[in-house]
Amino acid sequence: MKQTISEKIISKHTGKPVKAGDIAIVHVDGVMATDATSPFAIKAFREMGGKKLWDSKKVSLIIDHASPAPNETVANLHKLMRDFSAEMGCRLYDIGEGICHQLMVEDAHVKPGDLFLGADSHTPTYGALNAFAIGVGSTDLAATMLTGKTWLKVPKSIKLTINGELRKGVTAKDLILFLLKELGVEGANYQAVEFTGETIQHMTLASRMVIANMSSEMGAKTGLVDPTGLELWYPFEPTFADKDAEYIRELSFDVSALRPQIAKPHSPENVVAIDELKGTKINYAFIGSCTNTRLEDLHAAADVLKGKQLSNGVRLIIAPASKRVFNDALKDGTIEILSSAGATFITSGCGPCVGSHLGVPGDGEVVISSTNRNFQGRMGNPKALVYLGSPAVVAASALAGEIVEPE
Amino acid sequence: MHTTTAHVYPIDNIDTDRIIPGKYTKTLDMSALASHVLEDLDPDFAKKVQTGDILVAGNNFGCGSSREQAPIAIKAAGISVVVAKTFARIFYRNAINIGLPVIEVEKHNIQSGDSISIDLENGVVTNHTRNETYQATRMPQQMIDILNAGGLVNYLIQHGDYV
Repeated sequence: MKQTISEKIISKHTGKPVKAGDIAIVHVDGVMATDATSPFAIKAFREMGGKKLWDSKKVSLIIDHASPAPNETVANLHKLMRDFSAEMGCRLYDIGEGICHQLMVEDAHVKPGDLFLGADSHTPTYGALNAFAIGVGSTDLAATMLTGKTWLKVPKSIKLTINGELRKGVTAKDLILFLLKELGVEGANYQAVEFTGETIQHMTLASRMVIANMSSEMGAKTGLVDPTGLELWYPFEPTFADKDAEYIRELSFDVSALRPQIAKPHSPENVVAIDELKGTKINYAFIGSCTNTRLEDLHAAADVLKGKQLSNGVRLIIAPASKRVFNDALKDGTIEILSSAGATFITSGCGPCVGSHLGVPGDGEVVISSTNRNFQGRMGNPKALVYLGSPAVVAASALAGEIVEPE
Repeated sequence: MHTTTAHVYPIDNIDTDRIIPGKYTKTLDMSALASHVLEDLDPDFAKKVQTGDILVAGNNFGCGSSREQAPIAIKAAGISVVVAKTFARIFYRNAINIGLPVIEVEKHNIQSGDSISIDLENGVVTNHTRNETYQATRMPQQMIDILNAGGLVNYLIQHGDYV
């Protein structure tokens, strides 16, 4: 039987060959939940009669959505997570360690070929590593914390082949926004998306993570990046799709002429080339989230801002993907460049992207952001207008006071 | 059969941020979640709903985040069933897992205020106001089993494992 990457990885975890459409009960290699989803997961785990985790070494809880605690309600939810992890012996990443998806990859809690569950919709990010990773809710996660298993329907797959060298200043973010426009926010509902082609095969791990991360914006169950060219700091065995594997849809794109792309309010599929938006005044620029705030993103912003000053009346907030990213950027001088240009750094975490902590825009304010979603109210104010773009575009726009492409 | 009132929002892609904004999700207090449900779409929604009413929407209902607070808020507000043309996958699973029935009905003519009854077992929606019936998409057996148990917590209490 010829199989897609999803079919291969799921087969390995259910002990028999499966094909799209099959219902499978699978063994799971690891799980994680955040402070947005752990409290309900812990509650459900207790209600299920859970006394101990199926494997405490495979469970990670991360405090990243409202970190450090902004009020007593959240403080008590964080305390609940700390107490639970101490009792159960599972891993806890406390405030400031970083964004869940960055930490799972950095610390290799998820590896190529794994089947991983995260109580966060951007869990498909690990598809960059050639892992089958799906986002679930709190109760599904609790059930896996108890049993080490979950059930799933083997997804049909869409194959996207991307060729052509991206022009200077055009990034993985521009590419995924372009693909989102092509497929739409429900274009891959219940399906897996496989990304392949020479453009993808030459990408860094960080850029692959951008692509896999935003497959969730297409409604995809997961996004899997072709492991050709993937470089990791540990040995691994890649899982490739079979040559004649069956796809529900196959699309090819040549992106050598692609311009920087921007998603307009209020949907990540509402994408246009930057040229249509030139001159759009902004109040607030944000570089953050599980999508785009890794070292290469901070470098891209620093390249734009070096020796310059933010436009008058524009604020730039940066939340690095993790403490390790922050420390690396500190050592190589990137933080100094960005801070001197006027950027404000906040704790590594998700807050402004999801409107759960800090950096809320005011009524009618216009935001350019390196994040993944711009649904109405997403950043905490339904009266704000949020545009999505690459870190380089965010930095250049912060400098100009309006949406512009980097020089 | 028990009939209830429909609240219809014929809009596609109603995302989880509109169902319950991220700023309200950091709580275990169900009534606090219920009081903000769908407020950016319809500020009076929580006040209009009577216990047992149904919510009707367009395509891809619940897209966006994995927050289980979205179906929890809808259920806590008193909604007994959500009918949509299609659902986003994480929302769909979450709703079944917490015991909130959700059914996909491709074609219907339900208007706000219509009197509706729903036969979940056979996937049939009856509109008493218009004397019409609509057929729902059948859900996977695994989901019917979880829903019949009242949600995933009860399913695991009953079975001890996935079966």
